[in-house]
Amino acid sequence: MSTYHPEGLKTAPDPGEQPPSSTPAGPRLGLRGWLRWMWRQLTSMRVALMLLLLLAAVALPGAFFPQRPVDPNGVIQYYRDHPETAEVLDSLHLFDVYSSPWFSAVYLLLFASLIGCIVPRTIAHARNLRAEPTRVPRRFSRFDVRSELRTGLSPAETERTLMAALGRRYVRRTGVEDRTTASGSQVQVRTISAERGRGRETGNVLFHLALVGLLVVTAWGQLVHYRGQIVVVEGRTFVNAPLDYDSFDTGAWFAGESVEPFRLRLDAFSSVFTDDAQPRDFTASVTLLTPDGAEREQDIRLNHPLETDSTRVYLSGNGYAPKVTITDAEGEVAFADSTMFLPSGDLFYTSNGVIMAPDANGGELQYGFSGVLLPTVLESPEGDPVGSVYPEALDPVMVLNLYTGDLGLDDGLPQNLYTLDTTNMEPVAETGPDGSQTPVQLVLRPGETVELPDGLGTITFDGLPRFAALDVRYDPSIPWMGVFAGMAFVSLMASLFLPRRRVWARIAPGPGGTTVVTAAALARGDDPGLRRELDRVLSPLGQMTKENS
Amino acid sequence: MNTDLGTVSTLLVYGAMACYMIAMIAFAIDVSALGTGAAKDRRRRAAGIGMSLTWLAVVVLAAGTLLRGLAAGRVPWANMYEFTLMFTFFLTAIFLGIQRRRDIRYIGVGVTLLSLLALGLATAVLYVDADGVQPALDSYWLVIHVSVATFATGLFGVSALLSVLQLIKGRGRDGGSGASAGGVAATTGTQRGSDRPDAFTERPGAVSVSAAAAPSAVVDSAPAGAAPAGSRTGVLSRIVDALPAAADLERIAYRLNAVGFVAWTFTLVAGAIWAEHAWGRPWGWDPKETWTFVIWVIYAAYLHARVTTGWAANKFAYFALVGFMALLANFYIVNIFFNGRHSYSGL
Ligand code: HEM
Repeated sequence: MSTYHPEGLKTAPDPGEQPPSSTPAGPRLGLRGWLRWMWRQLTSMRVALMLLLLLAAVALPGAFFPQRPVDPNGVIQYYRDHPETAEVLDSLHLFDVYSSPWFSAVYLLLFASLIGCIVPRTIAHARNLRAEPTRVPRRFSRFDVRSELRTGLSPAETERTLMAALGRRYVRRTGVEDRTTASGSQVQVRTISAERGRGRETGNVLFHLALVGLLVVTAWGQLVHYRGQIVVVEGRTFVNAPLDYDSFDTGAWFAGESVEPFRLRLDAFSSVFTDDAQPRDFTASVTLLTPDGAEREQDIRLNHPLETDSTRVYLSGNGYAPKVTITDAEGEVAFADSTMFLPSGDLFYTSNGVIMAPDANGGELQYGFSGVLLPTVLESPEGDPVGSVYPEALDPVMVLNLYTGDLGLDDGLPQNLYTLDTTNMEPVAETGPDGSQTPVQLVLRPGETVELPDGLGTITFDGLPRFAALDVRYDPSIPWMGVFAGMAFVSLMASLFLPRRRVWARIAPGPGGTTVVTAAALARGDDPGLRRELDRVLSPLGQMTKENS
Repeated sequence: MNTDLGTVSTLLVYGAMACYMIAMIAFAIDVSALGTGAAKDRRRRAAGIGMSLTWLAVVVLAAGTLLRGLAAGRVPWANMYEFTLMFTFFLTAIFLGIQRRRDIRYIGVGVTLLSLLALGLATAVLYVDADGVQPALDSYWLVIHVSVATFATGLFGVSALLSVLQLIKGRGRDGGSGASAGGVAATTGTQRGSDRPDAFTERPGAVSVSAAAAPSAVVDSAPAGAAPAGSRTGVLSRIVDALPAAADLERIAYRLNAVGFVAWTFTLVAGAIWAEHAWGRPWGWDPKETWTFVIWVIYAAYLHARVTTGWAANKFAYFALVGFMALLANFYIVNIFFNGRHSYSGL
């Protein structure tokens, strides 16, 4: 029987086996010798242990510094706050720890070690599974758990009883030894050797293999996945196509066919808040439209993504998108649409936004409005809006400033949708009764129309639809991750809790027609139930005469 | 949201704290009695009182936690305050559970002290009124993931206390001598009550503990690597003598850590599944996820160290303690000071 022992693994004394031979290190190692030596070191328990500790150590920095893939704004902020150190940290990959060369080196070495360790172990174990239990050791005295008893049954009956008592869990073999008694006569001694708990080692092997599987499918998922992010206003539809998204990233092996051709319409968005403005529920009611003409209505909520054949759609944010109509000085409609306002992050959804009318006055004098939306307005005693007091739109008010001039949309530079570039614009001011100039402030409630100063036109607050930010994810590795994680979990339990036990017995004819049974048991690892187990197996034979004599 | 129930719940938690306090004093008296030379097998009245009060504490705490859940109208483990209630409950319940099978009353002081500190911190700093949860937490994965996490924390906690005792007991044994002296025969089939001479109990005179340390150090301080004092007079060494054998302590600690590791693995996997549902990715190296992973790796290292030749029991006990420290950091430091998506502390 061959058992694989990684270098440095402590094992139970195994009476049926030779101790693993350690190759004596020759004085001169050739290149191959060195390579072999290095491989042996890499796959030794001690190095595996070091690599595990190292993995713990190198994973931690990522918890202390903002990570670019998850929190790009955090990194920008860090650059702003600590310009001197940020460069240094960045060159050490501390803003993308989990794709850094040093982090990758550690986990790749660990997995090389793991594979080098587990593959031979798997092969050895597979061979072992079919092997018979080890022969009965010559002397039982070196085992801590052993018993001796005398029974009135015949040796053959005793053997049958013991075999039955062992039960199905044990693989066993029986044998016969010839022994000369003190008086010189030959007697036949029956032996039983039984073993259970090979599942423990199976569990161990499967656990480690599952970890390898987890790593492999995760890497695969990273390569083929895509993720699109989009903001949709109520009533709008978007197409699941790279160009339709606000942002779209993919893995290196991303293939266009993996983008499922569906459209999604946001029918309605609703939210529930407590009286003190704590969010309780967000629901995006959507309709999924597939090319075959089928329509499916569903609610997307936090923790409840929409699932299509291969894609999942998550709700990742929401806000208000006021709908306005703007007419210009000539009375033409210059703009009629809803515009996303960005919640500023307070509990009450005070939101900032910019409404642009590049077509105003034939593009000669463009309009830009910048301002805030207060979902539930709080007014000062004079009736001026001062803030929002509740996140739902109970009494919404929009407060806008007006700029005229050139919005700068044509120069091709990317625009921030939530701030106005006023380089080439003039604020429109109002002349107060005392002759002072103050920027005009337009205060609007839904349904209201306000005249713009100086005959510039009008603005109408038509309504207040909501928007939802959606994340669309395709990652075919997820179910496989589940499979391997489940496998790791189950096999870990087998590996830690299945007892691995060996039981041996000798059945010899004793004086006066009795039968003498000596038995011993050995476990792999700690096994508090070993004594009980031996007692259980022997109990059908009656009283014990000696324990651990 | 029933405020009356919430108030009663808080009162019950204070009641549990009072029980823990008296239990701790009783356990401390029991331990120090050993130091004055009381017989090892005497009737331990003080320890008995400590046990009764610990039982009372756990029942009162369970009632308080239950009422908290009723007051909030959901499971009572959705913020740091409630997490602490659950953790303390499990810590104590696991201690009481083991105590039914074998005598580990020596860690009673540690268990009650840890519970008292945790609850004190929870009521003074972490307290928030019983209320519903934000939608991100409103998932049955909360029920699964967090309850198993508190259970695992309880297991690791009891185990860490045992490891501290083991280190104290085994101290002076492995002064550089590697596996031989401090090493526990972890992989032989030896079991409790066997006739094998136990290296830890059969050699009187070899245990030496710094006599300068205060008595309370027996349970709540990890021994520093100070040079052992030569003389073994004094209270402490007598207490140490009365402790169970280091090998036994190690074995119980190991078993708890093994179960704890499985529970932690489950926490990790369930967390990933939940993150996949809630945030659209199973793993994102959020600070909380990172720490959870690091703790898992530390305990995996502990399990490996235990089967590696040349590693003394004392060394891997330190692994387990580091793991538990990381666990506490993950809870108290990461939740409050790190900016991640796990902003559920309610603070
Ligand atoms: C990815 C990192 C690894 C993790 C998370 C891990 C985890 C574990 C766990 C939890 C156990 C406990 C099972 C038990 O005690 O029966 C274990 C056992 C074991 N591991 Fe690993 N392991 C890793 C890498 C390795 C490597 C690289 C090696 C080889 C050098 C290795 C070799 C072993 C062996 C031989 C055992 C069995 C010990 C025994 O027979 O009791 N592991 N591992």
